[in-house]
Amino acid sequence: MFCICTCHLVQKFHLHCTCILWRSHEDVLDKRHVTLRARTVYLAKKAGYAFLTVLVVIIFNFLLFRVMPGDPARLLLPRGRAIEKSVILSMREFYGLDKPIGTQLVIYIVQTLQLNFGYSFYYKAPVASVIAASLPNTLVLVGISEAISILLGFYTGAIAGWKRGKPFDLISTSFGLVFWSMPTFWIGIVLIMTFSVWLGIFPVTGVRTIELIHASFLQQIADMGMHLVLPVITLTLVSYAEYMLIMRNSLIDVMTEDFVLTARAKGLTEDQVLKAHVIPNALLPSITTIALALSFIVGGALQTEIIFSYPGIGMLTWQALQFRDYALLQGLFFIAAVLVVIANFAADIIYTYVDPRVKLQ
Amino acid sequence: MRASATPMWRTISGFWHVYSRVRKGVLGLALVLFFFAAAGFASYLSPFDPTKIDASRTWLPPNSLNWLGTDWFGHDLLSQMVYGTRVSLLVGVFATLISAVVGTMIGLFGGYYGKRFGEFLERVIDFFLVIPYLPLIIVLVAVVEAMEIPIPVLWVVIFVIGITGWSGTARVIRSQVLTVRERQFIDRARTAGAGDMRILTRHILPNVFPLVFANAVLTVAGAVLSEVTLDFLGLGDPTTVSWGMILHLALSNNAVYRGAWWWVVPPGVAIILLVMGFTLIGYSIEEISNPRLRERKA
Repeated sequence: MFCICTCHLVQKFHLHCTCILWRSHEDVLDKRHVTLRARTVYLAKKAGYAFLTVLVVIIFNFLLFRVMPGDPARLLLPRGRAIEKSVILSMREFYGLDKPIGTQLVIYIVQTLQLNFGYSFYYKAPVASVIAASLPNTLVLVGISEAISILLGFYTGAIAGWKRGKPFDLISTSFGLVFWSMPTFWIGIVLIMTFSVWLGIFPVTGVRTIELIHASFLQQIADMGMHLVLPVITLTLVSYAEYMLIMRNSLIDVMTEDFVLTARAKGLTEDQVLKAHVIPNALLPSITTIALALSFIVGGALQTEIIFSYPGIGMLTWQALQFRDYALLQGLFFIAAVLVVIANFAADIIYTYVDPRVKLQ
Repeated sequence: MRASATPMWRTISGFWHVYSRVRKGVLGLALVLFFFAAAGFASYLSPFDPTKIDASRTWLPPNSLNWLGTDWFGHDLLSQMVYGTRVSLLVGVFATLISAVVGTMIGLFGGYYGKRFGEFLERVIDFFLVIPYLPLIIVLVAVVEAMEIPIPVLWVVIFVIGITGWSGTARVIRSQVLTVRERQFIDRARTAGAGDMRILTRHILPNVFPLVFANAVLTVAGAVLSEVTLDFLGLGDPTTVSWGMILHLALSNNAVYRGAWWWVVPPGVAIILLVMGFTLIGYSIEEISNPRLRERKA
């Protein structure tokens, strides 16, 4: 949530000047070649940074769980219970704890990159398979609510920015600010109290009704849909506010640019100015901001899942905390970070296609 | 040092003159002052001892004696709310102090020194921007608490929120420093014999200070939300009275399913108002110090 303030300062983009560059007299084929190479170099650099980030997360995980006092092997096992000596020995072997710290780090990095995160004692299964079982649920929840909130947020944000100071702007900005100030889990609580407990419209928690296990396929899908409504609304409200404010501020920023004045001076209608000049330029910085906002959406998804007992990786994180299942917690942190890094890299790729200047650099 | 002072900030009264015209800024300031007053005069304002348990008065909706009702344990919720303000403000302000110092320093160095060091710092900032924030503080708090160091949990929370919440500030400061360092007066100062440290502290810092301040105020809002969320996840100190802990206890005692709205709604509303207050102030300062954002009077 700290990043929302920075969107004012996102660099301005002047698509119009690059158009002139495009029309230079160079051989078209030659330029294509150059463009392709420039993009490859650019993306290779970005991929390098992404990999570096993942590597740092692994090292962070490694150091963090060795800072804790006591035997790391013992720490990754349940507390207050007698553990067989052989189990501890096999843990030692898995993490290579009898070897020097440098070797341990290498072993740890290699194992993590092979998605080998160790063993979750609470679920009595490898961490990777526990996470893999919950990940689709989270992706469905986040995917649906992000799609809704991005479309809705950008749409209303653009109108609000365009009609700056008018009633529509004031009302939507105020709503955005209120939702942005709400703790995600509290929105969930209020929705459950109103729609599940009080009005009884939607099921309270979980992802499906157990009794419907023998019902028809369509019924099961409808049931899962009903379970999804409140979590999706919760997550949508939080991220909607963020996207709306981002788009509004980005639009206002673009509107102070000289080329907007030029467009108006050329005699374009307000609608043409908005659609052809302002919105395309305002969208550019928004791509980066969506990717950055994702690192906060992860937190929102986590809270939403916990409140609705929705079995995704957020719920798992909470359980890992409750039962001090550090191996699982470590794996979850890694997966969450990798997901955000991948999303950011995807944004970089999209960027090279949308912003012509990146190609030419 | 005349050259380095921004005209808008020459005097506090001058600033107030501009600030008082930004309506949302005044609203934000009023909200924040209200909560500071509640925290300061908590012992006068709260009708009961917030930790006193009255077993004969549990699960009561708002009534003439307990204006906001009582919880499952028989605590008076109004008193808990008033005292809870202290924790939110304490965590918000101290965590922000840490974040502001770290973020400003990294932003200053990252923007001022080009080359290797600056690029390294840029990577560090990017790293913290990308890392999922909530999982990061969860893992950190869980690990620090597992270490069983004899520090109050509240300070662990402040420390963790502080050292993780600086990346936004650092990014903004860095990009501002990048433009400031190209200005002529920096060259002149260097010609006059000023060293890097002097240029950074006497010439560049004053120029980015409004941004530092605006970001710090916005950081408080984020820190308050983070603290509440950590409490809700059960990572806070169960013995302190805080808004997050009220909500945590409400959830773990099934207030939601028993329809005890008075146990759930007030803490949420208080959080929203406080966070909004800080956000409005931050936006207003940003708007005043950045003319691009100011509305053009046609």
